[in-house]
Amino acid sequence: MTLAEAILSQKVGRRVRPGELVVARVDHAMTIDSIVPTVIDRLEELSAEPCCPERVSLVYDHVAPAANVNVAEAQRRGREWARRTGVNFYEVGRGVCHQVLVEEGVARPGALIVGSDSHSTSYGAVGAFGTGMGATDVALAIASGRTWLRVPESVKVTFRGRPRPGVAAKDAALEMVGRLGADGATYMAVEIHLEDGAERAFGRSERLTLANLAMEAGAKAGLVVPSGEILELYQVPGWLRPTAGARYARELEIDLEELTPRLAAPFYVDNVHPLHDHAGAEVDFVFVGTCTNGRIEDLRAAAEVLRGRRVAPTTRMLVVPASSEVLKQAMAEGVLQTLIEAGATIGTPGCGPCMGRHMGVAAGGERVVSTANRNFRGRMGSPGAEVFLASPRTAALAALLGRIPDEEEAAG
Amino acid sequence: MSHASHTPPPTSRIWLFGDDVNTDDVLPGKYAPFMVGEDVFQNYAFAHLRPEFAREYRPGDLLVAGRNLGLGSSREYAPEALKKLGVRAIIARSYARIFYRNLVNLGIVPFISEEVVDNAEDGAEASLDLKTGVLVMGGRTYRLEPPPAFLLAALAEGSLLEYFKKHGDFPGVE
Repeated sequence: MTLAEAILSQKVGRRVRPGELVVARVDHAMTIDSIVPTVIDRLEELSAEPCCPERVSLVYDHVAPAANVNVAEAQRRGREWARRTGVNFYEVGRGVCHQVLVEEGVARPGALIVGSDSHSTSYGAVGAFGTGMGATDVALAIASGRTWLRVPESVKVTFRGRPRPGVAAKDAALEMVGRLGADGATYMAVEIHLEDGAERAFGRSERLTLANLAMEAGAKAGLVVPSGEILELYQVPGWLRPTAGARYARELEIDLEELTPRLAAPFYVDNVHPLHDHAGAEVDFVFVGTCTNGRIEDLRAAAEVLRGRRVAPTTRMLVVPASSEVLKQAMAEGVLQTLIEAGATIGTPGCGPCMGRHMGVAAGGERVVSTANRNFRGRMGSPGAEVFLASPRTAALAALLGRIPDEEEAAG
Repeated sequence: MSHASHTPPPTSRIWLFGDDVNTDDVLPGKYAPFMVGEDVFQNYAFAHLRPEFAREYRPGDLLVAGRNLGLGSSREYAPEALKKLGVRAIIARSYARIFYRNLVNLGIVPFISEEVVDNAEDGAEASLDLKTGVLVMGGRTYRLEPPPAFLLAALAEGSLLEYFKKHGDFPGVE
């Protein structure tokens, strides 16, 4: 059995096989400020209440704080619904939904979590089957405590060895998406194996980056086989492991010792290149943050590059911690001090300008280096802006130099 | 081109899209209903990719697309904008999974056909009988494969939401 089959078999109560349609018990349903009005509409249409409010979370992160009156009204409606129903509610500034569910212990090994955000695959970092769905599906999961799923085939991706200095989990994740392609894992689970040192090199934070980016290959879930730090942080049930007889639709190996920093160039996440293909291109705006790379490890990596130095005069840099916990930690460690002294500015924990709605959208003709997970045309604002996706270290180097670094500059 | 013997539903035009059309293309994030208002967001469908779409689309016009339609965000309001404009069916080579679920949940029929996409021309006339899946396009008749039984059961009630409302549960899966 693959990890996906093992988890879904538990939730259905019998052995399930790829291709089957099943109705499974959901451990947790998550929704967000931008989707909750539709979720409430659907529940009202069904005359339904949350079946189990303790298994539902509402996180305000996508346009938080509210950017205009429409958003403020929608957020007020969600707050009132959360108070009335008693679902778990996380206010503006608590952080990006996926980071919050990990920090709150909702995402735990073996859980089935549906979220009204595509990057719900992130929960696979801790061995949970996390999957993104639309408002109607999440409303039905909130009402019934269940969801329908097609049991996915799995693609096995094995990362081997330890990355070189200066090479991050983001580079590994981009390489994976580039090799799989934007629809390389559609309807499938990506099962990630870390071996020969990778299980130690990549802790929970790095695994969140990998599971998050699995979505960009079209995956239904991105499950990292629990090992290393995960075994120290969680009690992992014995059944939560792929068995020797597990069958995979495809297998892919990535040697971390050989890997160099990567960029996803406009306008597709699978348009992955080594730095030298774009080195020297001038950069107007650098954004470090999001569910992909807004954790303390990511902020530290950016601060390390910028310590005692200044962001280039032609470039602006925005750092948005993924959660209030990350913000506190960054403050306590002096990471914020370093970043601010270097000329960066800090935003409210949440999604920031990732989807081009507020807090620093990009203008036409501007080039952005972002640590987020999408670079589609118009994603961060103007359809005339170009977004390159990179690791926090590469992004900080781009801010320092005012251009995309070359391999030599990026080497650790 | 004339359509000989058929007297099918009224003729509509084809809107042809390429591969990897993402949900930011279908509805850019900044035009989400909770940003611009529930009653106007559909006017921004394909705002960057085909700005004339929302203005010129006529209910019943057919969307035809290549591979991996609807990749990216889970935003259900992207297909919902299409539904509000009158889209009832889409024909594509393949769909991204969340977009596919959202179409079924909203009651837009997601057909899959390589042959139709190979032969479709933007702006050409076509007519589709949603009940039978018979498409007439360029003087040729195509029989489209219906979606899987589980989804068909939902679509028969109008959408998965309508099904759940009526039956209090998901369609049978065993």
